[in-house]
Amino acid sequence: MFPSRFDLVVAQTVAEAVEAKVDAGEGGRFLAGGQSLIPMMKMRVAFPETLIDINRIAGLDAIERVNGHLQIGALVRHADLVASDATFGAVAAAAPWVADPLVRNRGTMCGSVAHCDPEGDWNSVLLATGADVIAQGPGGERPIPIADFVDGAFTSTLGEDELVVGLRIPVPSGRSGGSYLKLERKIGDYATVAVASHLELDDSGAISAAGLALTSVNPINTKVADAEALLVGQQPSDELFAEAAELAAAAAEPRDDVRGTAAWKRQVVRTYTKRGLAAAAQQAEGS
Amino acid sequence: MEVNITINGSDHASDVEPRTLLVDHIRRTVGLTGTHVGCDTTSCGACTVLMDGKPVKACTVLAAQADGSEVTTVEGLKGADGLHPVQQAFTDDHGLQCGFCTPGMMLVGASLIAENPDPSDDDVRWAISGNLCRCTGYINIVKAIRTAAARVAESSIGS
Repeated sequence: MFPSRFDLVVAQTVAEAVEAKVDAGEGGRFLAGGQSLIPMMKMRVAFPETLIDINRIAGLDAIERVNGHLQIGALVRHADLVASDATFGAVAAAAPWVADPLVRNRGTMCGSVAHCDPEGDWNSVLLATGADVIAQGPGGERPIPIADFVDGAFTSTLGEDELVVGLRIPVPSGRSGGSYLKLERKIGDYATVAVASHLELDDSGAISAAGLALTSVNPINTKVADAEALLVGQQPSDELFAEAAELAAAAAEPRDDVRGTAAWKRQVVRTYTKRGLAAAAQQAEGS
Repeated sequence: MEVNITINGSDHASDVEPRTLLVDHIRRTVGLTGTHVGCDTTSCGACTVLMDGKPVKACTVLAAQADGSEVTTVEGLKGADGLHPVQQAFTDDHGLQCGFCTPGMMLVGASLIAENPDPSDDDVRWAISGNLCRCTGYINIVKAIRTAAARVAESSIGS
């Protein structure tokens, strides 16, 4: 298989890439790692007229902590996140579970986020940690809170001429922990179910901030806001996490498919939420 | 468009269509057919090559994206003094049956050993988790990669 014909623009700067997108209009697509886009083009599900390759743009490959945030550039590959010491909590936990080792060497976190596949791992992690997507268009740069960015299956609120140039994830200043529990039939398969958890603790040991998000159980990565609200202000306990797990299970609307029945997947959400929150709490207590 | 790729140490300059996949470029333009096409959907790893030392699925990389990079295919594993230790170990430990996945498995194995001189069974299984063997001969693949690692470690102590 091979893609249908397209023009390739190799951009050297972000401004050049954005300009090429403006010129290309609807038929233009950005190319980073290409680990989702190239297969889609080969299967002729996607057939851009112009592909704007951003891989040669300097300065987009950094993972760094700036002003209390973890900043991740558009050319940071999943494998870079696995190897990085700058990551924390749910980000660090999820990185080794994205795709497979070879795909992780090419695929980028920002590309995966922009792709908005509801079975993708990163958007759940970003929903749980409260991240911003940094978009750059002809008019300049703007942060988009992840909850506003994810709009539907394969759909985001990114503007027609905007490029995701980076991600900004708040790094908790106090004690915190996170986890990403993923059930998959084999490495490289989509998640059957995955749960991202993030907890911050205050000086008394009570939960001061909580994030919980689900992968693969709805047509969109799902932030479980009522469970987050329940957790805040409480002391971590198995009973509390069991209660949050009920809310998570209620927020999941999985379907019967080759990966399992809806009822079973909902039960996995319940179990993984309990385990994931407990793991996050344990990490926070030890931090 | 013009692309320049160093493949197994030799420079290859070619005029390619932007939609040319790296695996097709290697097999058809350059004529190195050791790199296989299996699933063609980024699942099986039969098309694995090393791009700047890292294993990637060449069915999911455009030749244009490899412009300026160094690519190693299975044909490039063999050195001046004979088979690469991973190739020798695959022979000795019966690490292949039909051989279709073998180029990818050996390149991933060579890349792993370069990064981790003493991989455990789990390390090897983790490293090859993006490569499928339809003969399901994983036991001997893991064994062969560990044998190669042990031999490389031994020879570097000896020298």
